[in-house]
Amino acid sequence: MEVMKNVFKNNVRQYGMILALILITVLFQVLSDGILLKPLNVTNIIQQYSFILVLAIGMVLVIITGHIDLSVGSVAAFVGAVSAIMMVDYDMPYWAAIILSLLIGALVGAWQGFWVAYMRIPSFIVTLAGMLLFRGLTMIVLDGQSIAPFPKAFQKMSTGFLPDVDGSSSIHMLTIIVGVFLSLVTVLQEFRDRRAQRKYDFEVLPYPWFIAKLVGIVAVINVFTYVLAQYRGIPYILIILFLLVIVYTFVMKKTVMGRHTYALGGNEKAAKLSGVKTKRVTFWVFVNMGALAALSGLIYAARLNAATPKAGVNFELDAIAACFIGGASASGGIGTVMGAIIGGLVMGVMNNGMSLIGLGIDWQQGIKGLVLLFAVGFDIYNKNKTAS
Amino acid sequence: MAGYILEMRGITKTFPGVKALENVRLQVKEGEVHALCGENGAGKSTLMKVLSGVYPHGSYDGDILFKGDSCGFKDIKQSEELGIVIIHQELALIPYLSIAENLFLGNEQTKRGIIDWNETSVRTKELLRTVGLSESPSTLIASLGVGKQQLVEIAKALSKRVKLLILDEPTAALNEEDSENLLKLILQLKEQGIASIIISHKLNEIAKVADSITILRDGRTIETLDMRKDDVTEDRIIKGMVGRDLTHRYPERTPSIGETIFEVSGWSAYHPQQLERKVLDDVNFHIRKGEIVGIAGLMGSGRTELAMSIFGRSYGRHINGTIKKEGRELHIKNISDAIEEGIAYVTEDRKQYGLILIDDIKRNISLTNLVKISRRTVVNENEEVVVAESFRKQMNIKTPSVLQKTGNLSGGNQQKVVLSKWIFSEPDILILDEPTRGIDVGAKYEIYTIINQLASSGKGVLMISSELPEILGMCDRIYIMSEGRITGEVNREDASQEVLMKYMTKSRGE
Repeated sequence: MEVMKNVFKNNVRQYGMILALILITVLFQVLSDGILLKPLNVTNIIQQYSFILVLAIGMVLVIITGHIDLSVGSVAAFVGAVSAIMMVDYDMPYWAAIILSLLIGALVGAWQGFWVAYMRIPSFIVTLAGMLLFRGLTMIVLDGQSIAPFPKAFQKMSTGFLPDVDGSSSIHMLTIIVGVFLSLVTVLQEFRDRRAQRKYDFEVLPYPWFIAKLVGIVAVINVFTYVLAQYRGIPYILIILFLLVIVYTFVMKKTVMGRHTYALGGNEKAAKLSGVKTKRVTFWVFVNMGALAALSGLIYAARLNAATPKAGVNFELDAIAACFIGGASASGGIGTVMGAIIGGLVMGVMNNGMSLIGLGIDWQQGIKGLVLLFAVGFDIYNKNKTAS
Repeated sequence: MAGYILEMRGITKTFPGVKALENVRLQVKEGEVHALCGENGAGKSTLMKVLSGVYPHGSYDGDILFKGDSCGFKDIKQSEELGIVIIHQELALIPYLSIAENLFLGNEQTKRGIIDWNETSVRTKELLRTVGLSESPSTLIASLGVGKQQLVEIAKALSKRVKLLILDEPTAALNEEDSENLLKLILQLKEQGIASIIISHKLNEIAKVADSITILRDGRTIETLDMRKDDVTEDRIIKGMVGRDLTHRYPERTPSIGETIFEVSGWSAYHPQQLERKVLDDVNFHIRKGEIVGIAGLMGSGRTELAMSIFGRSYGRHINGTIKKEGRELHIKNISDAIEEGIAYVTEDRKQYGLILIDDIKRNISLTNLVKISRRTVVNENEEVVVAESFRKQMNIKTPSVLQKTGNLSGGNQQKVVLSKWIFSEPDILILDEPTRGIDVGAKYEIYTIINQLASSGKGVLMISSELPEILGMCDRIYIMSEGRITGEVNREDASQEVLMKYMTKSRGE
């Protein structure tokens, strides 16, 4: 029992967030008469908020280092515009355009990272300048017009689905199979971790709790894939998101690079005196942010099937809000990729739910603002309580 | 005989767990320059804070009599109203405001609530003339050197109709010419009937300007000497400052010293902001295998600057000189180079520079050498816990778990984590900067034991400390620094507090 208590106490924030997500989901499920969790709508939420979630992953890294990036919306718009020129005006194959676009994003990130890390200009200023600069460049390259349409193959990135194995049944079979496969991998991985911890003689969850946890995880995965299978199966974009979450969680939790990022955000001077190359880490975090902003821009353009000068407006604010709702600390050193995703989903479900019940955009904005304030307020209240 | 302008009687001030001042007596005569001497931590600054009201009346015991009247100040403002003004070591001027704005900050010259700039400017000019400055009142503070800033501080004190001026280490950051000017000014003020208290480590300066000296040691008044009547020599003052029995015990150790492992020669560096100021000047020293080498020196003598500039050039500009390890010259460009070459630096300020307080113990320990517990850059978190646990046992870190945040640990335990983290980096040379600052006696003993073990395992240890007994109790050989230079080197057998203090107070002119 002591173990359970400790596990819970150390993760109040994480569990609190998941709990909040569940509560909000249930609330809107009831308010919308069950529309929220209809297969079609679940698929919609994923596709509508994918580009914010991609940004949130990059943003949480930036916030962990103690910085901020206000330019991501403009960068997304800029890269979307450039990709449209490449694909629509110059008939470049979509894969080449995607690779080039991501590179451009990385270069933009390198430009901002250079000013922040090496010239030590506050990131707020550098990226505020970037926000104006790249919005301006977007309008210049688009000449104030929208460019459309994109090639079909490119659009599929945002709107396509994994094909089914036979396509005869009303249920998307491949999706079910993927769900079962993921469950197996997860269970195996959990057992392997447990064995490793045993080998080191660490305390592990009591066996019944462990089994309960596994059953819970397996149930969540399969219910989710079952819901998707009732509509058109797994959207491509979900696969991209899934891979990003896995890779970034792994990098941040398990690798030297991730550790250095947290150390830098926790105490820059101490990290530097411990041999962390603080400038280099900051630089690469911004390069990464640029590349993810580019990806987000591509996803948005593909979904809209057009590059427009107004694309990506206020994306940065949604991404930043997602990170803070998800438990990141504004002073750096604290935050997780999973947290940012959950924070993003909280915003996404709220947006979608409020639209479903017919709340106007004016009310939506206001309520989202209050949720951000209360989420962070709750966090700080909790921290003060544990400190005293 | 002139009366006393200030009498402090039976002052006792306790902080949780420490008696900072015990029954201290300080008597300053009308119109005299009174010097206050003592080692770092003897209680000089605390006493001045009691006097100026930083520690309000009621938080200490004892009486303060100013011009014969008993008084107790609630805050600095009250003491300033009576004409007691303190000038701290770190100047309290705002760099991007002008001289005039700084002089009358909080005391603005107003007419019906609106600042009268003409009046301000006229009065500023007057005050500047008294302290011997010819700058325009609209000059920004940031464009003045430290010496002139010091004079502006004094002018500011004069604007408050000062009767008793307190200067905390006024010449520590000044060059010789500026120091000379400042001392002259103090004598001038004395002629105008303004008494001053000077806290200073520079005994030659004290001998020059002071009329009497009060010596503090371990929070007590040792004696008050009259410079004219008593035959006061520098040795006499030093004896008063350090003459105590060793209160701490040091663990026994039989040193087994090998060949030279680390050698620094011709080392010099400049201040990172004040470009013309040389903070380190031709420093040479070496450390042998298994040896604990001490560096003694007063605050501001360049000890930390020396350590940091060697440790991956983390301090200073235009660093020059060579570092050799086991006879091979090292080319260290940054901190990770230094760590790779087997140099570790335990910082003076563990909270700001040593630890990541929001992270747990294991992550703090592993940070210096993550590669060791990683395979292809993937950190083995289980291995990490094992490493942290072994340090917890070995170093006796008192904590329920290595998952504890370091911010929640006591000072002694934090220091053990910092030491663990640097031992984990597998260094050959350890530079320890004030390794026992702010730690209780029991934990100190444990840390001394660890340091001894490190030395006997063949590492070279360089230990910087402000506590002379600690240096004398721990080190095999001691270098003494003053004003960025090494002014002396003594072996354990020849070392005594008097000898060290003599080298420590040796200034450039002598």
